Amino acid sequence: MAETILFYIFAIGVLFAGAQVVLRRNPVHGALSLVACFFFLAGTYVLLAAHLIAILQIMVYAGAVMVLFVFVIMLLNLKDEELGTPRRTIWKGIGLVSVVGATGAVAWRGLGSAYDSVLAHGAATQLTDMAKHTLPGAPFGSLKAVAHAVYLNSVLPFELTSLLLLVAVVGAVVVAKGKI
Amino acid sequence: MIFAASLAAAVVIVVLSATALALWYERKLAARMQTRIGPQFVGPIGLFQPVADLLKLVQKEEIVPMGADRVLFALAPPLTVIFALAAAAFVPLWPGVAVVRSDVGVLLVIGFGGLAMVPVWMAGWASFNKYALLGAMRAVAQSISYGVPLVLAAMVPVILAGTMDLDGITQFQATHHWFGLWPIIPGLPAFILFLLAMLAESNRIPFDIPEAESELVAGVTTEYTGMQFGFVYLAEYVHTVVGAAIGSVMFLGGWDGPFAPGLHWLLLKTLCLFTFIYWIRWTLVRLRADQLMTLCWKWLVPAGLGLVFLSAAWNQTGWSR
Amino acid sequence: MDSYLTPYLPVLILLVIAGVMCTAISLLAGKLGPRRITSVKEGAFECGNPSTGDGHARHSVRFYLVALLFIVFDVESVFVYPWGAMLHDFQAQHLGWFAFGEMMSFMATLALGLVYVWRKGALNWSADVNS
Repeated sequence: MAETILFYIFAIGVLFAGAQVVLRRNPVHGALSLVACFFFLAGTYVLLAAHLIAILQIMVYAGAVMVLFVFVIMLLNLKDEELGTPRRTIWKGIGLVSVVGATGAVAWRGLGSAYDSVLAHGAATQLTDMAKHTLPGAPFGSLKAVAHAVYLNSVLPFELTSLLLLVAVVGAVVVAKGKI
Repeated sequence: MIFAASLAAAVVIVVLSATALALWYERKLAARMQTRIGPQFVGPIGLFQPVADLLKLVQKEEIVPMGADRVLFALAPPLTVIFALAAAAFVPLWPGVAVVRSDVGVLLVIGFGGLAMVPVWMAGWASFNKYALLGAMRAVAQSISYGVPLVLAAMVPVILAGTMDLDGITQFQATHHWFGLWPIIPGLPAFILFLLAMLAESNRIPFDIPEAESELVAGVTTEYTGMQFGFVYLAEYVHTVVGAAIGSVMFLGGWDGPFAPGLHWLLLKTLCLFTFIYWIRWTLVRLRADQLMTLCWKWLVPAGLGLVFLSAAWNQTGWSR
Repeated sequence: MDSYLTPYLPVLILLVIAGVMCTAISLLAGKLGPRRITSVKEGAFECGNPSTGDGHARHSVRFYLVALLFIVFDVESVFVYPWGAMLHDFQAQHLGWFAFGEMMSFMATLALGLVYVWRKGALNWSADVNS
């Protein structure tokens, strides 16, 4: 019961903050809404028994990525004049309707059956089913299960991640080269 | 549910009263170091000084500067306190007892500690004052830079103990050895690295560039008055107290100690670390902003990487078990 | 079903308690404090000099570089922590050296990134960091 209430609080928080990210004209407000959005998203991860993923979400996204966004915003530092005036055109209305419609259609097609089975079996049995497929003694979403998946089952993608990060660093230096 | 609520309330009360005591203690300590007497009139030996400060701050006028973002300006100071308090929930208090025991405890503490910079930046940006914003930018740059050696140093106990559960780390130290003392090579340097990074994270001298009053007025708090300023100030002390507690848990065995293990040992160790931090604060001078960055990225980060390597190698030898 | 959530409930409650407390103190301070606003009081405080320039100035690209380096090492730590916590388990499965080598090559690649940035001079902050 408490879980359902919390889920709705977190879900509404995610949606509201997410909408603010898009709708706010001031980029700083957008970035800060994004932090709130990530925070609520971490809450839903905890509800899904994936507390490791939840804290990684807070550390990497709400912490690091948000700082990057904020620093880029301060680097560009657009003034209100440069942002232009808000306009209400028919295209925005059409865009809104089509986005909501498309998302709804995809969710209904993609998740419809899954949602039905969750309703039929209850979320608890669903999670127990998932737990059966993971390691013995390592419930789904636990540290052990995640570590097993990352370090033993997918060694190559894991090593490639480091290369990806290396490329990111090199790219940043190249972009900023003229200034340093 | 009620049990959880009362535990949480207890932590808030304990941390806030410890912080109030720490405020008094720091002023007394600083006064002794400068051959002054310090607070002495409010209550016995000035013990109620923090309460008097709070009462004074509550009665002050709150000024919102022109051009400020009113919502963010009002929201930021309370948020700094809330995030600083949250990290306290994960500290193991007694053998097997913490408000929140989690097998990812170390990450939770670091994550919530890192979140603390979001409201600080918010405060600086919302003030619409160039010194406040500059202070905020420096605070975030410093916080993230020193966050790297901090997580690298905190990795050493995790690797040695083989767990991220803060209580598990303490238990390992209770049955084996305190990581600050043994194994001496990754242990002691990691402890020193952790302390240095923590000093920087809580913006203490020699790392108080974000509020360097000779350059930046008062940094992020420039435009804040009354209780709004009080919140930011309070959050800094809560941050330091909780940081000292985490340091003693990870490197000095937390509640472990001779005779009876328990909360008193944790408090004693926290007090020692806290004294050390303020001893440094009242002794050293401030680094320059570029020296700060050089120290972090060219010395501490490579040292941290080396320490992680050494502790993993030590773990491979199997001597620790 | 509540079992996933129960251990973390106190954090949530703690956040709520701290929030309520801070709001109460803020409201109290708003009620108690005087309100006599003048244009001087409202202006940006720059140690008594008349305020010049913009409150939201543009900032150096160096901050961006630091943020990116931080992300790289943050993601690294995210990968190293679970590995460090599981090392004893890996050793029990006789995978200790495999896990050790795996993580050391991961860290070496990232250390290479640090060396690159260092050699390119991106870590040389001038004394005038704000430019």
